[in-house]
Amino acid sequence: MSEPTGVIHDIGYQRYTGPRLGRWHVFGALYLHGLRTAFGLGRSAKAKIFPWLVMGIVLVVAAGLTAVRTQTGQVVMTYAQFADAMSWLVIFFVAVVGPELVSRDLLSGVLPLYFSRPLPRGDYALAKLGALVSALWLLLGAPQLVMFLGAAFTTKDGLHGVWTELGDLLPGLLYAALWAVVFASVGLLIASLTGKRAFAAGGIVAVFLMTAPIVGILSIMPSRTVNELAMLGSPTALIHAVGAYTLGDLLVPGGQTEDQIGDFGPLYVTVAVLLVASCVALLLLRYRKVAAR
Amino acid sequence: MTLLATESLTKTYGGRVTALADLTVSVEPGIIGLVGANGAGKSTLIKILLGLLAPTSGRVSVLGLDPTTDPAAVRARVGYMPEHDALPPDLSAAELVTHLGRISGLPRTVARERASEALRHVGLHEERHRAVGGYSTGMKQRVKLAQALVHDPDLLLLDEPTNGLDPAGRDAMLALIHRIGTEFGISVVVCSHLLGEVERICDTLVAIDGGRLLRADRVAAMTSATDVLAVEVSEGTEELAARLAALALPVSREGRLLLVPLADDATYDLILGAVAELDLPLHRLDQRRHRVAELFATREPSHV
Repeated sequence: MSEPTGVIHDIGYQRYTGPRLGRWHVFGALYLHGLRTAFGLGRSAKAKIFPWLVMGIVLVVAAGLTAVRTQTGQVVMTYAQFADAMSWLVIFFVAVVGPELVSRDLLSGVLPLYFSRPLPRGDYALAKLGALVSALWLLLGAPQLVMFLGAAFTTKDGLHGVWTELGDLLPGLLYAALWAVVFASVGLLIASLTGKRAFAAGGIVAVFLMTAPIVGILSIMPSRTVNELAMLGSPTALIHAVGAYTLGDLLVPGGQTEDQIGDFGPLYVTVAVLLVASCVALLLLRYRKVAAR
Repeated sequence: MTLLATESLTKTYGGRVTALADLTVSVEPGIIGLVGANGAGKSTLIKILLGLLAPTSGRVSVLGLDPTTDPAAVRARVGYMPEHDALPPDLSAAELVTHLGRISGLPRTVARERASEALRHVGLHEERHRAVGGYSTGMKQRVKLAQALVHDPDLLLLDEPTNGLDPAGRDAMLALIHRIGTEFGISVVVCSHLLGEVERICDTLVAIDGGRLLRADRVAAMTSATDVLAVEVSEGTEELAARLAALALPVSREGRLLLVPLADDATYDLILGAVAELDLPLHRLDQRRHRVAELFATREPSHV
């Protein structure tokens, strides 16, 4: 008789004596996991549909804009304007991905498994926030990069043209980062309040869309000051106002910035910073309190 | 080394509900059964040990560390299996346990290796690549145990690990816990409201009720003191009872049986001697182990 082959030997339990990584590695692991979750990587095929559909749309739009520009030489949209034009998609992306990142964990009760590990609670919240900010920035930044590459390879001014183009791209990417930070912090805070993903998604869409009419109403009020402050009424308009103040022509061509926000630019910047700061603070507070069951 | 120690540990919620009241207990490494009725304060105690809850007053140490001041150090060396459902349904067991291993600070490849090892130890093999949502309760409990084990802790805190399992599942889970405590060299605290269940695998029992300590002792010490010998003779039961009483043995009757507390081996000799002297036909003489449950049975159930 031949020796039995392929026998699995039970070597028993092995103690682990190797390195245990510190806080930043753990934070990084959670952040990367969140970023992958945002795009459905390492998840079921169903979870990949929505993020990649949205990503596909923005890339196709960017490719279209690039094609138009190379063929006709007409700049339909600047890099910065691209983010504003995609605002609906960004809202829906946050409404789906935000709850995916935090509400799911609340519902499944997995938080006690995290918080019984050396991970501080604040790190959990910040890693998830970082993941959502990065996902949004990639969503708005990747198409801008496509537009840049298209423009850079077809420019007629040589290296100088590429350089000018890069000068336009960088503010666009910064503006995309502003979008990402504001939308992620507001969206994630709302999502962290409920374990039901549908409620969370509805809440996020409501906050971003229902506040738009406020801006509309304020902007047709008879007072000029009220008109100029109207864009404080909704996060989307707030971002636009900050962009108009800081980027000027890149976002609002023809020097109409003054008409829209008057002298309140610094106020808009301050409010945006305060909004993000308070959302992050509330998010951290939420995760200090959230029951570990 | 002391595994766990608490000193006058008190936890009240909002100043009204008392979960733990002046609990002082100290246990050595091994398998520790933490028993008490629902609401006795078991889960509260576990959360304080993990540093998830701050005690209202009193002191606590786990593995020589203080979870109130250094929770991260405690949690790095402790594995926790919660009572409730805690698994995201769309991840596979392998992915989840690997991810949680990384959150415990294991490098990426090590986390993957140890996750499949841990899942193998709890008895999940090929199914570990399927989504957890499709698992049976027994398999879910095993995944919860595996994630507590993945980072090779020195202490496992298991909150009602047999919850929702059928009798066969319970036996398998208890056997697994026993194996972890003995072969793996990891101390285990098992919470349960079923004393009969944990007494089989534990070497130390801590019983709490209404947040107060009922008793904490090694199981051996609890049972040996209460072991009794059951004697049955075909005839002359009365005579034997009288003779044993004359030998200063506190004998009691239970039907056709005579029960004699087992002090030491000499008790056997005394009984056998008495039976021989009276020339009675001895039917049986055996040792009855008192169930630990009987130690608590006489206590008034109190409700808080």
